[in-house]
Amino acid sequence: MASGAEEVSAFNIHPMDQFVVKPLFGAGHTDINDVMKDLAWYTPTNVTLWLGIAVACIALLFVMGTRGRAVVPSRTQSVAEMIYTFVRNMIVDITGEEGLKFFPYIMTLFMFILFANVLGLLPYSFTVTSHIAVTGVLAIAVFLSVTILGFVRNGGKFLKIFWITEAPLALRPILAIIEIISYFVRPVSHSIRLGGNMMAGHAVVKVFAGFAGALGVGAVAPIVAIMAVYGLEMLVVVIQAYVFTILTCVYLNDALHPGH
Amino acid sequence: MAVEGNLVEMGALIGAGLACTGMGGAAIGVGHVVGNYLSGALRNPAAAGGQTATMFIGIAFSEALGIFSFLVALLLMYAK
Repeated sequence: MASGAEEVSAFNIHPMDQFVVKPLFGAGHTDINDVMKDLAWYTPTNVTLWLGIAVACIALLFVMGTRGRAVVPSRTQSVAEMIYTFVRNMIVDITGEEGLKFFPYIMTLFMFILFANVLGLLPYSFTVTSHIAVTGVLAIAVFLSVTILGFVRNGGKFLKIFWITEAPLALRPILAIIEIISYFVRPVSHSIRLGGNMMAGHAVVKVFAGFAGALGVGAVAPIVAIMAVYGLEMLVVVIQAYVFTILTCVYLNDALHPGH
Repeated sequence: MAVEGNLVEMGALIGAGLACTGMGGAAIGVGHVVGNYLSGALRNPAAAGGQTATMFIGIAFSEALGIFSFLVALLLMYAK
C-alpha cells in the first residue's frame, strides 16, 4: 500500500489488517516486517489458535450431539443430524450411492470449512479459510485424491473424461485441449473461490466498520450497512462451504463415472 | 500544485481499479444463472428442488471468474 495514501485515508484500521498472521505470544510488534521476523515454522500463531477452535467446536458439536442418541433428539442432536443428513443427501444426489464410501472425507471438509468460515465472522477473530495457503492445501488434496482415485478405479479409461464422444470428431481434439486445461485449473479456482470470497467479504465488513469509526457518534448509516453486510456475509460463508463441498462431489463423480 | 508520487504505483492502483470491472461481469453471470433458474422453477415448481445443486454449481463457476479479477486487483495493490 502507498505510504502516502494511508495518511489521507479515513480508516484508522486498515481493512486487510485482520488477515495478518501474528504470533500468539510475541513481542506485540505492529510493523509487518517485525512480525514476519518473529515467525518460525513452529510458532503458535492466530492461525493455529483459530484452527484449533474450529476443530474443538466441531468435536464438541458431534460429541454432545451423539451422547444421548435419543429417538426424540435434543437440540444439539438434531443439529448434528441435520448436518449429517444434508451432506449425505448431497453426496447421494451428485455421485450416487457409490460415493457414500467417501462420506467421511467430504463431511470433514464441509464441517471444517463451515466452522472456519463462521468463526471468522466473530469480531476480533481470524478467518483461517481466507488464506490461499489453507484453501490451497484443501483444494490440492481434493485434486490429487480425485485424480489418483480416478486412475485406480478406471485405469486408463479415466482419460476418457478428456475425450468427449458426444462431440463431432473434428471438434474432439480442440475440446480435449480445453478439457485438459480446465482440469488442471480446478485446484486453482477451487481454492481461490473460497479464499477470495472470504477475504473480500470480511474486508467489506471492515471497510464499513472503518466508516463508522471515522464518523464517531453519528454513524447510524454505516452501522445499519454493517448489519446488512453482516447478514449477507452469514449467507455467503455457508454457501461457500456448500459450494466447496458440492464441487468436491462433482469432481468425485467424474472420477467414479468418467465418460458421463 | 505539485503532485508527487511514484508513477508505477499510480499505474498499479489504476490497474487495480480497472481489474475490478471484471466483477461486474461475474455479477451479470450470477444474475443470469439465478434468473433463469427462477423462471424455470416458476414454470415447473415440481422439478425445481432437484436443480438447486446445479444452480449453485453454475453460480460457483461463474463467480470464480469475478474472484479472479479481485485477485488481480489485490496482486496489483499488494504484491510488489
